[in-house]
Amino acid sequence: MAEFLDYFRKERLPHIWCPGCGHGTVTGALIRAIDKLGLDKNNIVLVSGIGCSSRAVGYLDFDTLHTTHGRALAFATGVKHANPNLKVIVMTGDGDCTAIGGNHFIHAARRNIDITTIIMNNSIYGMTSGQYSPTTPHGMLGTTAPYGNVEYEFDVCELAKAAGASYVARATSYHVTLLTDLIEKALMNKGFSVVEALTQCPTYFGRKNKIGGAVELLNWIKDRTVNVKAAAALPPEKLEGKLLIGELYKGERPEYTASYSEMTSKVQRTYNDYKGGTRGCELNSD
Amino acid sequence: MADTVKLMQGNEACTMGAIAAGLQFFAGYPITPSTEIAEMCAEELPKLGGKFIQMEDEIGSIAACIGASLVGKKVMTATSGPGFSLMQESIGYASLCEIPLVIINVQRMGPSTGMPTSPAQGDVMQARWGTHGDHSIIALAPGNVKECFDLTFKAFVLAEKYRVPVIVLADEVISHMREKVVLPDPRSYKIPIRAMPDSPAGYKPYGADPDGGVPLMAPFGKGFRWHCTGLFHDESGAPSGKASVADALLRRLARKIDKNAKEFEDYFAENMEDCEVAVVSFGSSAMAALSAVRRARKEGLKAGMLRLKTIWPFPDEAVRRLTASAKKVIVPEMNLGQLALEVERVVHCQAGTVKLGKVNGELFHPDEVYAALKEAF
Repeated sequence: MAEFLDYFRKERLPHIWCPGCGHGTVTGALIRAIDKLGLDKNNIVLVSGIGCSSRAVGYLDFDTLHTTHGRALAFATGVKHANPNLKVIVMTGDGDCTAIGGNHFIHAARRNIDITTIIMNNSIYGMTSGQYSPTTPHGMLGTTAPYGNVEYEFDVCELAKAAGASYVARATSYHVTLLTDLIEKALMNKGFSVVEALTQCPTYFGRKNKIGGAVELLNWIKDRTVNVKAAAALPPEKLEGKLLIGELYKGERPEYTASYSEMTSKVQRTYNDYKGGTRGCELNSD
Repeated sequence: MADTVKLMQGNEACTMGAIAAGLQFFAGYPITPSTEIAEMCAEELPKLGGKFIQMEDEIGSIAACIGASLVGKKVMTATSGPGFSLMQESIGYASLCEIPLVIINVQRMGPSTGMPTSPAQGDVMQARWGTHGDHSIIALAPGNVKECFDLTFKAFVLAEKYRVPVIVLADEVISHMREKVVLPDPRSYKIPIRAMPDSPAGYKPYGADPDGGVPLMAPFGKGFRWHCTGLFHDESGAPSGKASVADALLRRLARKIDKNAKEFEDYFAENMEDCEVAVVSFGSSAMAALSAVRRARKEGLKAGMLRLKTIWPFPDEAVRRLTASAKKVIVPEMNLGQLALEVERVVHCQAGTVKLGKVNGELFHPDEVYAALKEAF
């Protein structure tokens, strides 16, 4: 591997994350996957929204786009559609991606646009100090769920799969090797890829729910999950309340920018003598 | 290729103006009365190698445009009231991050869903102040179909030169009206080209003269590896919470527009030199107003017409100068008096302002403006 820190804007460190936060582990996994694939730094655009997880891109040495809350995938769609040669990666959180950004999430999946989305799911709004999110398990505490969360959580991976993503996987900040491996596979998939990374927020989720610090939370996350391969051999009662980790879905579907380009080629063949009412400019050199 | 003469609609002219300026990317969401622009972009851009996408909403539309602009494309979106409201947050993002972007807002009756097929001019202040936080912005208001072409073209020139979102503030009448338009030879257009830095070495994405300078914008994917953030940022693009950095950035952003206000200034004036009563208006209201002013002149009344094509930054100096001889200034507009507030601010020492607001979803009849003129004399 190239020097790990070579992928960082070293002058921007240290980061703002709390001690024991899992976001650094997930960011590290992404970097290792990029390194393993030997992707060109100059050809990668990292896009994020708002929240703790979204701050990751500011520390990384690529073209990076820190957008508005929930809109990372919409900005990323513009980047990818405008220049399909770029490798576009979105780093987002559970609130950013599945609450305020939920609409963009399902539509990016529906289009199967070639964007790799890493969702750092810590089950809480960390940046605003611990409100419940769409992935806070039912009954657990948040500052806006002081009597226990009355709502039920999304299964983010099922959602992505149902909406049309062509690669869906889940790992955790405990299962770092698996996480790195899945991100690598997601980056190789030509289509909308989702890797949900369950991660720990000791400051707000762990403390509020009296689970403990980072280590206890990591164990709690580990205990909530079962590897999808192991799950195949387990009876249903052993899987109750568990989240599956590993590669959950891989399907073949036409990718959006490829389909658009195909359509454009056909149109241009038909209108190859097209002059237009006005001048068409030096469009799309890439 | 010589001039072309076409019968066309305002929305069509906006689209053609954008394509003439080198439009490469359009993202939008269907909304009356702007939809024809999206439809035409969907049809024309693929022929030219450009990109169209219908996003899931207007928030996504403007976001996708910003993403594409960062890749180096000329981008546009088009919408109307409700969609324009949804875009406000990202207009602020584009202001702070200095992203070239053209937004066509075909105004319709509001607030809320309002009367979707009826004209209005109620978004004058929203165009100026719609997003949160202090900022300056450019808004242009076409007054006929040809100007839909010209001002959309100009919007691209200004957006690319000053790295700002530029709003074309049309209205339902201007956008759906059909007129004969003479388009000049495309070879005569001076197509805007975005200034770019030469090399990544020492590149400062937000390094510019503090007195309203415009930094050079590197497209993503060319090895510059810079950070674009909606947080306040220093010259290197790094987020900063420093008071001095925030102050300098906000002032530079405002200054880069305000100090060039003279360049943005654009208006149509007729019989203003000796007028005793001036009519100041814009968009479709100005069509009725001009007819009324000409009628009054014929009858020997010293009426003058000033139609603003640049609404923001408001042309203080031009309005003050051109209305110097007037004792009263009438401002017909399809709202309860938004442009009139600006006119009043500028002329209050020299003339009285008459707010002639119309908010029933119908356009002005020349008689209504004529009656106001008669009363003012």
